[in-house]
Amino acid sequence: MITKRIIPCLDVKNGRVVKGVNFQGLADVSSPVELGKYYSDNGADELVFYDITASAEGRALFTDILREVASTIFIPLTVGGGINTLNDFDRVLKCGADKVSVNSGAIKTPSLIYEAAKRYGDQCVVFSVDCKRVNGQFRVFAKGGREDTGMDALEWIKRGVDNGAGEIVLNSIDTDGVKGGFDLTMLEAVCEIVSVPVIASGGAGSAAHFVELFKTLPKVDAGLAASIFHFGEVKISELKKLLAENGINVRR
Amino acid sequence: MIAIVDYGVGNLFSLQSSFKAIGAEAIATGDAETIKRAERIVLPGVGAFGDAAEKLFSSGLAEVVIEQAKKGVPVLGICLGMQLLFEKSFEYGEHKGLGLIKGEIRPISDVIPSDYKIPHIGWNGLNFGKRKNELFEYLNEGDCVYFVHSFYGANCEDSVIATAEYGAELTAAVAKGNVYGCQFHPEKSGEVGLKILRAFAKIGGQV
Repeated sequence: MITKRIIPCLDVKNGRVVKGVNFQGLADVSSPVELGKYYSDNGADELVFYDITASAEGRALFTDILREVASTIFIPLTVGGGINTLNDFDRVLKCGADKVSVNSGAIKTPSLIYEAAKRYGDQCVVFSVDCKRVNGQFRVFAKGGREDTGMDALEWIKRGVDNGAGEIVLNSIDTDGVKGGFDLTMLEAVCEIVSVPVIASGGAGSAAHFVELFKTLPKVDAGLAASIFHFGEVKISELKKLLAENGINVRR
Repeated sequence: MIAIVDYGVGNLFSLQSSFKAIGAEAIATGDAETIKRAERIVLPGVGAFGDAAEKLFSSGLAEVVIEQAKKGVPVLGICLGMQLLFEKSFEYGEHKGLGLIKGEIRPISDVIPSDYKIPHIGWNGLNFGKRKNELFEYLNEGDCVYFVHSFYGANCEDSVIATAEYGAELTAAVAKGNVYGCQFHPEKSGEVGLKILRAFAKIGGQV
């Protein structure tokens, strides 16, 4: 039976893992290589590695670090941040990434998802969407959550999947950094319109929030979080034990 | 030496790193002579069957792999590489494979319930059936490995050595003599995956 995935996200700036509250006030946490290895050894099912400064400041990804991560860690690795062209896909895939996460790049170049899915396969394209409520509508935000694009998030996600996105990472800006639990309402709305795996992001503050996520929304495939793992508030091995005790199938 | 067949399809970086991690010498190569000298052959692959098969046949490497397999050299196909070992595939048309494993590649949508997501992505447990193959020597029943696929090996009952439950018992791995195939990615399956590669690196000789 397929298992629910627990995915630590490593937001990277200048080669170090950082995580801000509501994307503001970044705090230096650790080395991507060490942290990645630690997570892999302790039961993480996958790692997401975002260069968070890329879309705002046009930074290139630190491919040396990526290569180092990929040569020491043998679980699936998704890379995002600054992915705007097929060349960006090529660059990170050659350094050991298995999947590439597209966010702002798809806003700038709507054909990117289609082109990438055609060249590398749907399974390679992860469509990441920063989403926030505005006037009762789920809106797509750009530039690391700072800019309202005015686009309807559900329509945007549907279009991405139609164009070949193989997975969706739904990051709720409303719940991100608040640690009050995942945005179940937003996630449910997305699960209803897509048939590809949905990864919940934003809002995890405790292990119980993951239990709540998978119990309430069995269609959600994975939970993604950063700071609660980085600061050791939740240990992945203990989280998985709790999930298993609650009847949720996890890899152990 | 293990030759990882490089025919321009897929990401060989992780596979090479994985063999390095278990202390096995593995070279990614598209050179027929190097592949002929190899003690073991790994056939990787991602993407569409048709494109990959075309590249493998037109480069002449398909014949080399078939020839070496028939001489008894252990061959391991991974993901699309496993599918290429079959006789044919029905992924967007009908395409000929290497024919080392009897059976064909068909969409998983043929056998799984309609509310299951496609592709089958994620970690799933292996069921070995009556007898555990030597490839899984270091594994326990139910150990999880990482899958990403929309097509599966069908009509290959004689060769199935592991299945995974996803609304149906999908072919997870096959073996016929010295020819092995994994639908999942051992190089992305953590410690469990490394144990499979370690077992393969030992089959028919020393590491």
